[in-house]
Amino acid sequence: MMRFILPFVLFVILSVFLYRGLGRDTAEIPSPLVGKAAPAFVLPLLHEPAKQFASKEMLGKVWLLNVWASWCSSCKDEHPLLMNFSQQHIVPVVGMDYKDKPVDGNETLKAAGDPYNLVVSDIDGSVGFNFGVYGVPETYVIDKQGIIRYKLIGPVTPQNLQKTILPMVARLQAQ
Amino acid sequence: MKIAKLILPVFQVFLLVALVALWLPANAYAAVAKDIADDPVVETRMMHLAEKVRCLVCQSEPVSTSHSDWSQDVRRIMRDKMKEGATDQEIMDLLVARFGKSVLYDPPVDKETMPLWSAPFLLLLIGGVFLVIQLKKRKELVVEAKLTAQDEQRAAALLDEIPALSVLNPSNDNKLSASSLSSASLPQGESADVSLRDARTKETQA
Repeated sequence: MMRFILPFVLFVILSVFLYRGLGRDTAEIPSPLVGKAAPAFVLPLLHEPAKQFASKEMLGKVWLLNVWASWCSSCKDEHPLLMNFSQQHIVPVVGMDYKDKPVDGNETLKAAGDPYNLVVSDIDGSVGFNFGVYGVPETYVIDKQGIIRYKLIGPVTPQNLQKTILPMVARLQAQ
Repeated sequence: MKIAKLILPVFQVFLLVALVALWLPANAYAAVAKDIADDPVVETRMMHLAEKVRCLVCQSEPVSTSHSDWSQDVRRIMRDKMKEGATDQEIMDLLVARFGKSVLYDPPVDKETMPLWSAPFLLLLIGGVFLVIQLKKRKELVVEAKLTAQDEQRAAALLDEIPALSVLNPSNDNKLSASSLSSASLPQGESADVSLRDARTKETQA
């Protein structure tokens, strides 16, 4: 009997590993910044470059930081969802126009609509680098203490919004 | 014939030049990604360090050779930090803090990476133990057949039927036939072989 059970068990274990390997996106790297304080930044606003926004203004609030760019095609995929989401006023969403010309960024928002409470422009990408941004779009959930709680690499989808981001926001807001 | 002899070396030279010409542009592309190198010392140091950093947006490429936007940024930051006087270790720590240990081509052995480093040895150990157990089991399965007294008698009787084989049966006293067949200079085993063979040939002859 053992002759059949042992290979079968080994086969099942191997299958589980291979199946999990199939579902894994190797391009997605768990951020070491989750659970750590979000890097503080001061950046000019996209709409009014003369004005500046400091990340510490958000202390005491749960907020989302959405990194996007006019040149980023999958940002256009998540854009309608963000538009819809922002109308619900659940959580403030700060946009970061990453490595983009402010002219292009402004044009994109004018054409497709602006889902953000405010947008900062990170022209040279140095703030993005501090956040460990390597693929746009990326979305961060930041808690009241300014700690990064979650990092999403890739576009926001109805699935990850409902399953992960919204429950997390609700939990953090209750704290 | 003469024309062919004249043309051949010319053609060979032409081929060589063509080959070199084909290879040249490829070589130009293979060069490390261009960057603004105002300080060659910093640049070589940076490139040396960038070889150890994985480009996260590429497939299996170090930051040093990647043309991607992200790699260019990393190189720029490395260069800037070096000019500010940061050590190589500080720069690597900075990158690890931002992007995790997966940016390192040679990740350190620690609590987080331990499963990764130990897995091959663990698998080898498991395989080895399994093999030893299996081999032991197999040894137990192969038991030397025990002959009953009856079997032994039967075997002796069978051996007696072939006179040439009597050398194999010590109980047989017909030693003459054995010694006449096997040469005395051969060792015991071989002489037995020889006598066996002889016995067979005798049988077929008969």
